[in-house]
Formats: sequence, C-alpha cells, structure tokens
Amino acid sequence: MIRKHRAHPLWFAYALHRLSGLALALFLPAHFYILSKALTQPESLDNFLTLTESPMVKLAEFGLVFLLAVHFLGGFRLMAMEWLPWSDRQKTFAAVAVAGAFLVSGLFFLRVV
Amino acid sequence: MSANCDELEVSVWRGDRLSGHFEVFHVPAQDSQTILDVVSWIQQNLDATLSYRYACRVGMCGSCAMMVNGVPRWTCRTHVKKVMNGNKLEVAPLRNLPVIKDLATDMDPFFDKWIAAEGLHHPTKTRDEPIETINPDSTMRAEANAGIECINCSVCYSACDTVAGNVDYLGPAALQRAWTLFNDAKDSGQNAILEAVSGAGGCHNCHSQGSCTVFCPNELNPMKAIAELKKATTKSFFKKRV
Ligand code: SF4
Ligand code: SF4
Ligand code: FES
Repeated sequence: MIRKHRAHPLWFAYALHRLSGLALALFLPAHFYILSKALTQPESLDNFLTLTESPMVKLAEFGLVFLLAVHFLGGFRLMAMEWLPWSDRQKTFAAVAVAGAFLVSGLFFLRVV
Repeated sequence: MSANCDELEVSVWRGDRLSGHFEVFHVPAQDSQTILDVVSWIQQNLDATLSYRYACRVGMCGSCAMMVNGVPRWTCRTHVKKVMNGNKLEVAPLRNLPVIKDLATDMDPFFDKWIAAEGLHHPTKTRDEPIETINPDSTMRAEANAGIECINCSVCYSACDTVAGNVDYLGPAALQRAWTLFNDAKDSGQNAILEAVSGAGGCHNCHSQGSCTVFCPNELNPMKAIAELKKATTKSFFKKRV
C-alpha cells in the first residue's frame, strides 16, 4: 500500500527493484523450461516460437526486457551507493536507472516489431 | 468570516497498547499555530485526560514527535498551515513503537537499540590526561559533526519500513549514532561498533528506501550513515580474512 510516508522517489525505486526481482524470479523457471525443450522436444519448441510472432507476446517481451534492465541498472545504483564515495544525487541516479531501462527496453521493442 | 472557516477538525488517536480509535475535536485556528499547539489546546480546553509528550517546544529535545496526516513529524516545529488537509488534521502516536496511551509512545525499544548499536561513549582517556586537540577540518570530524545534530526524536525510526518488518533491526537513528561515534577521534569503540552493527539486526538489513532521510526534521542523512557503515563493516570483514 502506498501510504504517505512512502510517497517519495527512493521508496518507489526500492519497490520497483523488489517487484522486478520477484517478477524475474517467477519468469526464470518458465524460461528455462521452454529452453529445455530445445533438447527434449524440438517440435514443441518450434510451435511455441511461432507464438512469439503475436503482438501480445512482443509486448510481454518488452515488459521482460524492461524488468531485466531496471533490475540490472537498479542493482548498479545500489552498489554505487554502497561502494562509491557518497553522492547526494541519489534521486537522480534512481531516475537515470529507470530512464535507462526504458531506453534499453524501448530499443528492443522497436527492433522486434 | 464564518466561525467554521476558522475551525480545525482534528482526529486524535485515543487508546492504549492494545486498542484505540480516532476521536474528533474542533479547535479554533490561529496564526502560526503548530501541531503541538493544537494538541495542547485540546488537552487544556476540551479533554484534560489526553496524553502526549513534549518539553522544549523549540525543536531541541526530540520528545514531541507524532504521526501527522500519516507521516512522522516533530509537532512543535510543524505549522498547521503547511500540513493541513482542507481544514482536517489527523494526529496519531509514532509508528513502530508501542503506544502507552493516546499520543505517547514507549520509547524504550528505540533507546535500547542505541545501546545495542554501541551508540554510547567509549572513552579514550582518563580525566587526568590533557584534553586532546581535534582538527575541525578533518573528514572524519565533518562526518561526526553532521551526526551530532540528531535530537533522538525517532521520526526516522517511525518512517522506516525495515523497522516495521523486522523488530530486531536497530533502525536509522541508532545506526547513524554508531557511524557518528565511529568517526569521533575521542571515541575508542570502533571495533565494538563494527561488531554491533554487522549482526543480525544491523546495517545490512537496510533497503536504502531513504524514508529516514526524507523525514528527519534536522536534515540528517541516516541513509548515508548506514551506507558508510555497510562499507566499513565489509572492509573490515575482508581485512580480517587476509
Ligand atoms: S534507508 Fe534504511 S534505515 Fe532509512 S528508512 Fe530506509 S530502510 Fe530504514
Ligand atoms: S536522525 Fe533525525 S529523525 Fe532520526 S532521531 Fe535523529 S533527528 Fe530524529
Ligand atoms: S518539544 Fe522538544 S523537539 Fe518538540
């Protein structure tokens, strides 16, 4: 719940990092399961791959790349915060991480459509 | 002007450790009125049994913090006009601490954690030795100087969701106190501090949400102090290994 004491940029950055982490953790088993089909049942993998032509799946891929990018860049932000000399521009860094994730996933989306 | 415009509708938490509810009071609005003024007015004019805590009224003692419209604030220095929601106010006891009665919380867990974080003086000298000269320009002194402005108000502790989720977490104020003493040339407790803040409830629990820093009324930066403690504990961990 977004209560008043949480309504500030670094709390949102925290929430985004946590949610993207959880979402990726849910996605990964499915990802490996599908990949494993390349070895066990190549035909069913091919069937599945034709699905990826549909716009809905492309949109979902955009979401996945966004989650991955935002989790990756957000992780770097945290490592920088905890390891590099302190800088007061934490909100800017959080914004840059989110903007960077949109850039990466946006470019990916433009390439696949 | 009609009387209603000049009246505040104030919901005040009434209750004890186990249960409670909001009670609405109507309080005349005044210029330059603080939240503490409103609470005192209720207690002096409407209900003498209302319990709350304050002492200095000028932002020095740290005893008057409460939740105001859902966020923790020092009530003696918070102007009603700045935080009013229409003509409504909601005043509740600090979050993350047990309620004693109404707006007064039990601060024991908060102060116990200062001690647990080794936030106490570890002398370097006896009274017979000459007083050490301190260079005010050193980086370590600058860190310590920033930290000694803390008034122990517990606003950061109430804002922190990690405290809410983990009763053992030492919390932002105790950790920032530990970092302050860690940088104090007149304190000899560096090892004890690192030991105390790297345990189960220590600095590594912090998720860097930064609510502590957003709400600290004295503009301290506990989030930074904790990040520095993380660095210091990790460095000392690797030093011990090699
Ligand atoms: S930065 Fe750490 S200590 Fe401060 S509110 Fe967030 S979790 Fe709590
Ligand atoms: S760090 Fe700030 S908010 Fe926390 S107890 Fe000290 S003065 Fe209050
Ligand atoms: S009454 Fe002392 S800080 Fe508010």
